[in-house]
Amino acid sequence: MSATTSQPRRLAFAPNWAMRAALLVLAIYTVWASTRLGLTWDRVVHGMGEGGRLLARMVPPNFERWQLLLEGLLESLQIAVLASAIGILISLPLGVLAARNLSPLWIAGPVRAVIAVCRSLHYVIVAILFVKAIGFGALAGTAALVVASVGFIAKLFAEAIEEISMKQVEAIRATGAGVMKVLAYAVLPQVSSRFIGFCLYQLDSNLRNSTLVGIVGAGGIGGTLFAAFKRFDYDFVAAILLAIIALIFLAEIISGRVRAALR
Amino acid sequence: MNSITHDPVAPLRREWQRHTPAQRISRWLVWLVCVAAVVWAIRSIDIIPEFLADAPEQMGDMLVRMWPPDLSHYYPEVHNALIETLHIATLGTVFCFVLAVPLALLAARNICTIRPLNALAQLGLVASRSVNSLVWALLFVAIFGPGAAAGVFAIAFRSVGFVGKLLAEALEEANPGPREALRAAGAPWGAEMLKGVWPQVQPAFWGIALFRWDINVRESAVLGLVGAGGIGLVLDDAINFFQWERVSTVLLAILVVVLLAEIVVNRIRTRLI
Repeated sequence: MSATTSQPRRLAFAPNWAMRAALLVLAIYTVWASTRLGLTWDRVVHGMGEGGRLLARMVPPNFERWQLLLEGLLESLQIAVLASAIGILISLPLGVLAARNLSPLWIAGPVRAVIAVCRSLHYVIVAILFVKAIGFGALAGTAALVVASVGFIAKLFAEAIEEISMKQVEAIRATGAGVMKVLAYAVLPQVSSRFIGFCLYQLDSNLRNSTLVGIVGAGGIGGTLFAAFKRFDYDFVAAILLAIIALIFLAEIISGRVRAALR
Repeated sequence: MNSITHDPVAPLRREWQRHTPAQRISRWLVWLVCVAAVVWAIRSIDIIPEFLADAPEQMGDMLVRMWPPDLSHYYPEVHNALIETLHIATLGTVFCFVLAVPLALLAARNICTIRPLNALAQLGLVASRSVNSLVWALLFVAIFGPGAAAGVFAIAFRSVGFVGKLLAEALEEANPGPREALRAAGAPWGAEMLKGVWPQVQPAFWGIALFRWDINVRESAVLGLVGAGGIGLVLDDAINFFQWERVSTVLLAILVVVLLAEIVVNRIRTRLI
């Protein structure tokens, strides 16, 4: 009997061949797809030079037309506020209807499908459709962002409601309360703080998106930005971009403060 | 003594209130600000009443024109554009890591201990996140000319901020123990990262990459609207020519691809993590 039962030598850092093969495949794909899309090294180098020229033309940002800028920013803000308010109002009942622990499956299923469709279509596509259907302007932007908000918050609302403890619901139901009272006294207290968090987040992202829907003619600063781009007013473009970044920064700081105060 | 005999149940009749007066006033103020903001927005927003009045009718009219979708239009034009969109999303996600990994390493405070560099990297990440992908696409169309190349770069630069931020957070949560052990054994910096940090952040890394790819599939579908390639171009053409049956075909194709991407990502994620 020879002592061949000894363990095979254990490597401290065993090579992970599956991972290496996957990375190799990814590298091959990258090269193949790049050539298919016409993305060659020459083009990138050429693009870098062009990028330098673009930046040089943007450099002193031109704030001369600040009235136009302010007007666009205010309209974006209005779109964001209105879309968030309407979106939240629609999402509240939809969220309850889509929660599988509170509503029967034949209601929750279709409502979930509607929410999924709202979420799947990018808001810019929705904005184009609204612009074509109901004309240029802030109304189309607001409607598009309402759709996007519903897709996002209603889903989160439904998920939050599905996570609640059913004990309170049963207790309130046992007292003979109706549906609205069960919602008000058993469901809302458990989820209200999370709801407020979702709403703040959505207001934040609506603000970001409202600066953009103007590119397709749906109101807000995006229209001004796109017009400036088309007229090669790159210094004004830089000014608009800086203003948008500043606005989003400000909104992020404020919503961060509010969220910290709520906690 | 007298007061107790006077009314023994008086303490029980005390009215309980949940919040202190100061809290109540601040809550009321928050509501007031919210309502004021909405009222201000409604009163000053530039909405044409005639447009609002016939909006439902117009929407219905558009939907009727869209039905039935012109499915014969799908192959080859829409199909090829869809494949191009997926390439843009995937390549953009791959390329974003070229910038996102170094920035995340610089932004993570336990890996790069130089504070000004942390702040600089954070600034870069925030700037990338604040500029929307369509705006990035506009910039890159101006640089590279119209086409898929601009789309890939727009997606990559937009993703850097998101991926870098999440990656930096994952890096900061890593346990310092393995790194210290490796350093004590005399491992160089690269080995310390590869064997001490990478195994810890690997699940988060793949999760972030998949999540971002899912988002990028959605975003790359609209890049064509500003000329950056993909299915957005086909959509834009169809809308500009008022070919509503084709529009609905393209929308259906986008919807199916987005839903499929979500399902695939969820599958892979449950298997990986």
